[in-house]
Amino acid sequence: MNARILPYVLILPVTIFLCLFFLYPFILVAQLAFTTGAGFTLDNFREVVSHWKFPISMRNTLLLAGIVVPVQLALALLMATMVTKMDKGRDMVLYVWTIPLGISDLAAGLIWLAIFEQSGFLNTMMGALGLVERPVNLLTFQNPVLVFVAIALAEIWRATAIMLVILVAGIGLIPKEYYEAAEVFGASPWKRFVRITLPLLRPSLQTALVLRVILAFEVFAVVQALGGTLFPVLMGETYAYQFDLLNSGAAAAMALIILVISIAATLVILRVLRVPKGATI
Amino acid sequence: MAEIQIKNVAKTFGSYTALHDINLTIADQEFMVLLGASGCGKTTLLRIVAGLETATTGEVWIGGRRVDHLAPKDRGIAMVFQNYAVFPHLTVFENIGFGLRMQKLPNDQVKRRVERVATLMHIEQLLKRYSGELSGGQRQRVAVARALAMEPDVILMDEPLSNLDALLRMEMRAELKGVLAESKTTAIYVTHDQVEAMSMADRISVMHQGKIVQAATPIEVYRNPAAEFVAGFIGNPPMNFLRAEPAGEGKWKVAGQVLDGPSTGKGPLQFAIRPEDIDPADQGLTAIAKVVEPLGAHLLVTCEVDGTLFRAVLDSDLQVKPGDKLTLAPQPDRVRWFDPQSTLAVA
Amino acid sequence: MTDATATAAPATDTRRAGRFLYLAGVVVLCAWVIVPIYFLLVNTLSSPDTVNSFPKPFIPDFDLGSLAFFAKFAGMLTALKNSVIVAGMTMILSILIGAPAGYALSRFDFAGKELFRLLILLTRAFPLPLLALPLAVFFIRTGLDDTTFGLALVHTTLALPFAVLITFSLFSGIPIELEEAAWTLGCTRVTAFTKVVLPLILPGITASAIFAFVISWNEVFAAAVLTIENRTLTAFLLQNLDTSPLHLKFAGGFILVVPALIFIFAVRKYLFAMWGIANR
Repeated sequence: MNARILPYVLILPVTIFLCLFFLYPFILVAQLAFTTGAGFTLDNFREVVSHWKFPISMRNTLLLAGIVVPVQLALALLMATMVTKMDKGRDMVLYVWTIPLGISDLAAGLIWLAIFEQSGFLNTMMGALGLVERPVNLLTFQNPVLVFVAIALAEIWRATAIMLVILVAGIGLIPKEYYEAAEVFGASPWKRFVRITLPLLRPSLQTALVLRVILAFEVFAVVQALGGTLFPVLMGETYAYQFDLLNSGAAAAMALIILVISIAATLVILRVLRVPKGATI
Repeated sequence: MAEIQIKNVAKTFGSYTALHDINLTIADQEFMVLLGASGCGKTTLLRIVAGLETATTGEVWIGGRRVDHLAPKDRGIAMVFQNYAVFPHLTVFENIGFGLRMQKLPNDQVKRRVERVATLMHIEQLLKRYSGELSGGQRQRVAVARALAMEPDVILMDEPLSNLDALLRMEMRAELKGVLAESKTTAIYVTHDQVEAMSMADRISVMHQGKIVQAATPIEVYRNPAAEFVAGFIGNPPMNFLRAEPAGEGKWKVAGQVLDGPSTGKGPLQFAIRPEDIDPADQGLTAIAKVVEPLGAHLLVTCEVDGTLFRAVLDSDLQVKPGDKLTLAPQPDRVRWFDPQSTLAVA
Repeated sequence: MTDATATAAPATDTRRAGRFLYLAGVVVLCAWVIVPIYFLLVNTLSSPDTVNSFPKPFIPDFDLGSLAFFAKFAGMLTALKNSVIVAGMTMILSILIGAPAGYALSRFDFAGKELFRLLILLTRAFPLPLLALPLAVFFIRTGLDDTTFGLALVHTTLALPFAVLITFSLFSGIPIELEEAAWTLGCTRVTAFTKVVLPLILPGITASAIFAFVISWNEVFAAAVLTIENRTLTAFLLQNLDTSPLHLKFAGGFILVVPALIFIFAVRKYLFAMWGIANR
């Protein structure tokens, strides 16, 4: 076959598929969001935004992301640097640390539920240590902070591996010569980390952050498992509109709102962490 | 009959012209070397003959057939790649026999041919190994054996020795030349190493910026370079060039000396002489020695003649120190002249 | 002399302390990952009574009661089967559709290449589960609603960017010279691909297929939105969160986790190659 048309033939399936199942639904979402029965309208948005749960769910989502993501970034960076120093046992440790990568967010929520629920392991441990006499119902509306902490812990537990993998791969791309040169010119380990590793990790940091932030705005199953209605988040509200209230217009409006903040966050991250032309490895 | 004819072949990549109107005929069983620096177009030309690139214009004929519209496998060629391209997931035996299996030859015939070429290339004891277990030199032999096993009309080689160390390269050069002479195949060999070219070729095509500057036998290219580029590229150390002013009919003034030269009469010329074709004498060019390198077999003296850099290869017993004044006489039949405008040789 | 030894000792002490801290950190972080999963295991392998009791034992009583309850719970095994089917279809579809594109990207330069890459990257940056909402309507119209195939299509959209980018990096790791050599030895483009390229990337393709499987297996939102009768395990568990007893939740959670554990172990070698290059 002609080498000029072959590439187009090869990318045709993916393009068609994505147009059908990505671009088209995307347009549909926009359509659904901007119409009711009566044509173009912003009613869906108005309905969604004026609901009493909206500011709460927005705040919760942003707060969760704002706290969890930086913690995960620091933790992932720490773990990535620890891993680069290992030789024996590196494989095993890396496998253990990346196990959460394969765990569904629902399963992660359930795992931490086993710890935090009333008859769970946290209560058991506290009882064994004599801190409480009877099991405390931790995950109730009386303890909003605790609910938040439980969800945050579950998220940190679950999703740090995603950033870890990207960062480890990124660190692996940095040639050792740069560290050796820095060492010869008098840089301490911390200095080497700040001056060599971090800057050269920029593309990986970009990817890891963008990916993680977008996933953070989508947080859903973990919250459902641990908090249910105690901790409203945007995605949960979207699901409720669609399923419980059977209001697909409102659900679509929520979806678009989530999309917009995702894009905004992505652009900010890409701008802040942009790599000057020619400054890559 | 595997004569190769390249007619008016040109190749452009976007706005960049890699080959300008190449015309070359390679005789049956001739060993043709395409010689030039990186970027001169030699590999592009080879790949066009192979069918891995398509010429923008022009035709390629192999064995009396026009092939430029045919796939590589239908051209009767076999190729040895610069990085060997030995298949990592197959044994040496399977690699060498790969092309034969594609032709659906019966097993016993495949076995016979593979073993014959393997013995020829001295790798018969490696047949069961995988390429990951082989050294660079061994992999290179596998690549050559794989091409030879096809018993092709034409064998094409893209810098096959460039990734080997110097000693191995020298050994392989001689071995390759012997093997290919015996196999009676037409060969096109691409290299940037002029020693390789000189030692192996029946004819050398010196290429520069997408054009063939000269296509001739090694000794012809060496003794009678057709252009300044060839003169400077072939030979190590390269030819010396001095400015020559007209000094009468057939006479030219070079660094203060009047020498016999071409009778064109017009404008200044470039006087050229190889470092080894010049000897100390009573009469000749005045040279001031700058650097003296005793290379064992001879003495390489870098001098200044008339303000220009000038090299002389002299007898190793000569006593020369930096700063010494030498008088060097060029051997008259080895002097060459070039037109500075066209850079072409002048009779 | 005494000075030299005196100054040497504190230096080794700090180094030893640093090393101890490092090892302790590694152990703590490993425990941080393993212990919560272990708790889930304890719950799964305990009788339903134990699961609902307080205090919780730290060692399971190896009672299969919870798992039996899980298996007998109405619709649970079907849900499990559905998850397997959907994930299997996603795996096959994403590789079949994505690999040719990965090959095209690694071997050819063509007009619109950058645009295409942008489209792929865009899909990864997008909250894809949200697309399940309008697709629910679209599927109803086309009769795909509440089918495993319909959900598989959505999951494939989720997995495709990874499949394309991973196969792109796999193919880029095979020098084109190998294919060219095959062409000069009598292969067509197709035979060169099957005889030379495919054997070399098979492990990597398998790894990315498994990765696609895991993505589908774990997905919750779209599964919950798009399936009603033919629920997958994730959708089933999600929708029964309020009503199901604890031992059901935990047993289900564990079933969700096990394949992931196995698969990540199987592909761990390729994880970093995949992600590192899917990075770009």
